[in-house]
Amino acid sequence: MTLIEMIRQPWPWYVAGPLIGLTVPTLLIIGNKSFGISSSLRHTCAACFPGKIPFFQYDWKKELWNMFFVLGIFFGGIIAAAFLLNPNPVEVHPNLVNELAGYGISDFSGLVPKDVFSWSELFTARGLIMMVMGGFLVGFGTRYAGGCTSGHAIMGISTLQWPSLVATCCFMAGGFLMANFILPFILSL
Amino acid sequence: MANNTFVQNQPDTAANSDFEVRSLDTMCVNSEEYKEPWYGNLKYLVVGILFGIVFVKAEVISWFRIQEMFRLQSIHMYGVIGSAVAVGMLSVFLIKKFNIKTIHGEKIEFHPKKFNKGQIYGGLTFGFGWAITGACPGPLFAQIGTGATVIIVTLLSAIAGTWVYGKFREKLPH
Repeated sequence: MTLIEMIRQPWPWYVAGPLIGLTVPTLLIIGNKSFGISSSLRHTCAACFPGKIPFFQYDWKKELWNMFFVLGIFFGGIIAAAFLLNPNPVEVHPNLVNELAGYGISDFSGLVPKDVFSWSELFTARGLIMMVMGGFLVGFGTRYAGGCTSGHAIMGISTLQWPSLVATCCFMAGGFLMANFILPFILSL
Repeated sequence: MANNTFVQNQPDTAANSDFEVRSLDTMCVNSEEYKEPWYGNLKYLVVGILFGIVFVKAEVISWFRIQEMFRLQSIHMYGVIGSAVAVGMLSVFLIKKFNIKTIHGEKIEFHPKKFNKGQIYGGLTFGFGWAITGACPGPLFAQIGTGATVIIVTLLSAIAGTWVYGKFREKLPH
């Protein structure tokens, strides 16, 4: 197998996880920055529609690095999709394939299921709940919790902060509840 | 508590006029004293690009992988997050032990997070959103990059969610 073929395969967790973890010291060493991504949503609010809301009154220009970082993630997605994409559909657990088939999800070619996340599905009840309400919960929840998977689970636990451990446990608990007990109803719509 | 031994620098309240605003939210505080020209930010663009490629290649931005994780059907996501935390923890330990400085010679600062109930309520809310969208904020950007343009709607909605939180923050239990 050539190197480029190896790179095109999905990377195993023991390669990807450590690389993601190395982001923590990299950001600290190149500029004393704490790893965190959801803050970029707050900076967007502060820059574009701060209103008279105290939560958005701060010098967002000082946090511009964070916007460059998320712009980089966007470009990374473009590069990976253009040159490094695995041509095969994602391989997931057979039980999940069976369950999703029951909701009419059979296309495993993309990173998100095209049967749910597409422009044509946006104005169906299911699409609206999944894309619009789902996104709202992500933005509201991460800011309410003071961080997301990067800021709390990775940066917070790496610096041994117990509030981040609490937050991470709540992320997982919320996800379990939603995926196993509520999402089946939404996907059946 | 273990975290106290690691808290070396309290945020400088005098220097941050927006300290109160941030007291519940110490994420992503820019601790750098050195004033860089704007192109210094290109470093973060490069780190972001590499990070985005790992996101896609490890399928951590795959909605299917997130569903597997929450149904305990695969070790993949737990392995990614667990090993990322392990490497992060070890690097932070080494930075503290050897007092490693930034490339501009500054002392590296860590910000203590105070506990508040928002971490519970907000954490659960984000968990719901994570399971629905299959994405945390970082993956949203990468998913759009890979061509799933409709995720722009999800991202705008997430920005709206952040704004609504900011608007009603004082009325919410913390």
